[in-house]
Amino acid sequence: MVSLKVNGTSQNVDVDDDTPLLWAIRDNLGLTGTKFGCGVAQCGACTVYVDGQPVRSCVTPVSAVDGSDITTIEGLAGKEAEAVQAAWIARDVPQCGYCQSGQVMSAIALLKENRKPTDRDIDLAMNGNICRCATYVRIRAAIHDAARALEI
Amino acid sequence: MTVHDPKLSRRSLLAGAGALVIGFHLPRAAKAQSGAGAAYRPGGNATFAPNAFIRVAPDSTVTVLVKHIEFGQGPFTGLATLAAEEMDAAWSQMRAEHSPADVKLYANLAFGVQGTGGSTAIANSWEQMRKAGAAARVMLVQAAASAWKVPASEITVSDGVIGHSSGKKGSFGEFAEAAAKQPVPENPPLKPASAYKLIGKEGAVTRLDSADKSRGKAQFTIDIHAPNMLTVVVARPPRFGGKVASFDAAETLKIKGVVDVKQIGTGVAVYANGMWPALKGREVLKVTWDESAAEKRGSAELIAEYRKLARQPGTVAGTHGDAEAVLAKADKVIEAEFVFPYLAHAPMEPLDGYLEWDGQQALARFGSQFQTTEHQTIATILGLPPEKVSLETMMAGGSFGRRAQVSQHLAAELAMVAKAIGPNRPVKVVWTREDDLAGGYYRPLFVHRLRGAVKDGKIVAWANHIVGQSFFLGTPFEAMVVKNGIDATSVEGANEIFYEVPDFRCEVHNPKVGVPTLWWRSVGHTHTGYAVECFIDELLQAAGQDPLQGRLAMMGDKHARAAAVLRAVGEMANWKGAGPVDGRARGVAVVESFSSFVAQIAEVSMGPDGEPKVHKVWCAVDCGVAVNPDIIRAQMEGGIGFGLGHALYGEITLDQGRPVQTNFHEYRSLRIHEMPEVEVKIIASTASPTGVGEPGVPPIGPAVANALAALGHGRPRQLPVKGGTV
Amino acid sequence: MRPLLLSAAAGLALCLAGTALTLAQSANQAQPGGATLRPAASFSNIANQRDRSVALFNEMGKVLTHPRCMNCHPVSDRPRQGDIRKPHEPLVVRGKDGHGAPGLHCTTCHGKQNYDPAGIPGDGHWALAPASMAWEGKTVAQICEQLKDQNRNGSRDLAALVKHVTTDTLVLWGWKPGKGRQPAPGTAAEFGALMQAWADTGAACPAS
Repeated sequence: MVSLKVNGTSQNVDVDDDTPLLWAIRDNLGLTGTKFGCGVAQCGACTVYVDGQPVRSCVTPVSAVDGSDITTIEGLAGKEAEAVQAAWIARDVPQCGYCQSGQVMSAIALLKENRKPTDRDIDLAMNGNICRCATYVRIRAAIHDAARALEI
Repeated sequence: MTVHDPKLSRRSLLAGAGALVIGFHLPRAAKAQSGAGAAYRPGGNATFAPNAFIRVAPDSTVTVLVKHIEFGQGPFTGLATLAAEEMDAAWSQMRAEHSPADVKLYANLAFGVQGTGGSTAIANSWEQMRKAGAAARVMLVQAAASAWKVPASEITVSDGVIGHSSGKKGSFGEFAEAAAKQPVPENPPLKPASAYKLIGKEGAVTRLDSADKSRGKAQFTIDIHAPNMLTVVVARPPRFGGKVASFDAAETLKIKGVVDVKQIGTGVAVYANGMWPALKGREVLKVTWDESAAEKRGSAELIAEYRKLARQPGTVAGTHGDAEAVLAKADKVIEAEFVFPYLAHAPMEPLDGYLEWDGQQALARFGSQFQTTEHQTIATILGLPPEKVSLETMMAGGSFGRRAQVSQHLAAELAMVAKAIGPNRPVKVVWTREDDLAGGYYRPLFVHRLRGAVKDGKIVAWANHIVGQSFFLGTPFEAMVVKNGIDATSVEGANEIFYEVPDFRCEVHNPKVGVPTLWWRSVGHTHTGYAVECFIDELLQAAGQDPLQGRLAMMGDKHARAAAVLRAVGEMANWKGAGPVDGRARGVAVVESFSSFVAQIAEVSMGPDGEPKVHKVWCAVDCGVAVNPDIIRAQMEGGIGFGLGHALYGEITLDQGRPVQTNFHEYRSLRIHEMPEVEVKIIASTASPTGVGEPGVPPIGPAVANALAALGHGRPRQLPVKGGTV
Repeated sequence: MRPLLLSAAAGLALCLAGTALTLAQSANQAQPGGATLRPAASFSNIANQRDRSVALFNEMGKVLTHPRCMNCHPVSDRPRQGDIRKPHEPLVVRGKDGHGAPGLHCTTCHGKQNYDPAGIPGDGHWALAPASMAWEGKTVAQICEQLKDQNRNGSRDLAALVKHVTTDTLVLWGWKPGKGRQPAPGTAAEFGALMQAWADTGAACPAS
């Protein structure tokens, strides 16, 4: 039994200690916005925040986040999140959409640390998120849009 | 009342909701488990059934039932655009959802069965959805005319508002119920293009699925959860053609959360309460495989065999003049051999499916791309009449061809998994990324051997020997695509080329190999586009001609649309030759696929790490009427990224029959820093719309290769450019 | 290969052996498949102290140039990964403090411990060595000079260096790298003993 504090609510989850946070969130807590894409931290679809920092939940055992504050895409709040999601929608970034939860989570994490990212900054923050539809042109544009919106 | 209530009917909904729906036989009840076939078939004309496509709710939202699966290419938005245009609806009131599986109503008019593929969604829906929208408009107008006691001809509809010069105004919702009682017009008039407010208009339409997908709310198959549901992973043979000889599940059954283990047709299924126990259970499962009939050749052996075949006469797929005779006598013969690896589609959401059944009836929910055949397959395996099986199409996290299963193997596995555990245990089968990459159904390995003769600055002969597996020969789909022993998907784009060569020959070999293969975004053009566009470039270079002007000159006057996109892309890029200039060179390619024409110019340099860097791609596309310009641009951008990633990095290698690459660290996928800047121009056209999901893919590989040649690195003879890293 | 010297151990060697035993209790044993290290004591028959010191460092070089160490002491900003030393995928960089770039820190993927089900290595302070400690492409002699240079090694004297390699969890990770990775040669204890012996013999560097 592990206690997980997800999106502000603590819940006990009856899973083995080595269970990836990803599957506890999805299968046990029913929060499905966080996606499975690879299981080996290669694609970023499973990105959540642990104590505010982006983490690949597919390689994070629940035993490692006992007592931590976990945020999934369902629990996003704040101006960076609003700016990024608004930019994503305005640009029609998603195609199949499956990786976009992770993309959005990474983009928000970037903007929280760096309010005015350059193209290189975006490359370095976002290249851990694979999009097989290759929506990268719009991801880049939307992050710049969101950064501009946050300046105001 | 729930959406699964089989008693849900038109009347009860009418009574319950108090307002309504145009045609209305297919509301949420369509998803009812037991509603099945009967509920899916509204009365009326089966060939024209606007009421099967459009639902107007009391709150004036207009829901378009989309017969094509939405996995990124935009049919939800595209088909809704067509309907909304003719309804004169406001875009903000439009919604979309998948239609149920019903071949009578929802056949792809290009296939004859319900299914998505070949970049046909807009092309085959162009008339159908506009007529559906026009019919809905006529019915709404008629209803308003009756209510207001004015002639229908005096009624206007604009931006979702029904109006009359007297000042009367009404919403769609107000007249939905009355409209539903109007006769369905047989042949409602369609707008002239000059009256379009949505079709082809920049900024008029935004994707209907962007908001949910940006907020993690879109529901995919993997997100399905039901009470009592078991998550299932399957241990499949490590070599293609292997079978289960025996298995020992003792350790598996000790894993907390594992419920059962069953042998099924595709392997051994582990049933568990959740994905993690299922995976842990499979990890310790002991399976002995019978590999007596398995394919044991590796990629290296296959390539060697294909190379030999490429030197033997094959089936003639195209010929004029006598290429062999000219080549035999030519002073200058240029020869090139191109090798293309197996490629996985690797959609972000791996294959998955959900099925519940009670022994009498079944509901399957998954990202079905060929609903008609998959529906039949599930019914057959479960031993149920088709009308007792309903199939609900889910949004899918990409496909790129992977879900368009000629063999219906996923639907079959899903049904076998459900059947093996027995009724009343809903199952969700999930493939992992490892399962996906090792699971076959690849873009086939191909070898192209090309020879050309150049004389007096002209290309006078062209011979192409193509060797690769056919994924159609010997399947139920054979009749559709195989003509005179030629699988069109093996030679499309190579047996006829844009360039006028007096003596031309194209031959094909389709060897039998035990590796399951499948179409992969842009199908035959994935390799023919590269081979043809690299080789023409090489021959033009030998002939001392400019790559772009030389192509145009060889097109004559028979390929006006191809020439137009080529000219357009040259103008966009301000083409002044391949270069290089300041370390950057440019390459060009033009490919027609799925009746759309795409030309691209790539600007490339060689990085210090020996990896090509693609800085910018200019892309001109002619896909007929551009229904949703922004989606067309998105598909060109995405197609370029997809094509580029695989040309540079993608390969599935077989070692003694076993796939080597296991996950994205080995099956390298394009990442954001490798994505070039992309500029797209859509050629204005009045031709019927054609596809955009695939045609963006083929030109990028050869455009980059031709740029690499201009940089002095030659055109890569074996893809991927950066291969062999595992 | 150097001739194996079989002379009896001197007092220094006995002392080192004791250190090694102590270390062995805290460090993990070498995992199967790892190459071995000669024990520090086996160098004691090299009469010339400087030669002995050089020989000890050359033995240490097996570890320093091993993928477990070299991958995260890159000459560029990008680490490598795996036994075949591929460029790290995804593209990650040293960043301003060795912990990655804003939005994609080492900790985004690397936890406090190895996570073997996915084959992801981890440690409490997973990081890249500073650029001043780049070893990639350098000879063992160059690495030696660099290691001793307090302007480049984080202001560590020899004692601090020995302490670093015998107690730093990320260094010790090299011998317990988790599933799918070959551990550094020998054991952490043997390496620590070699370094102590090298320090005690004057920390001489190979000539080239």
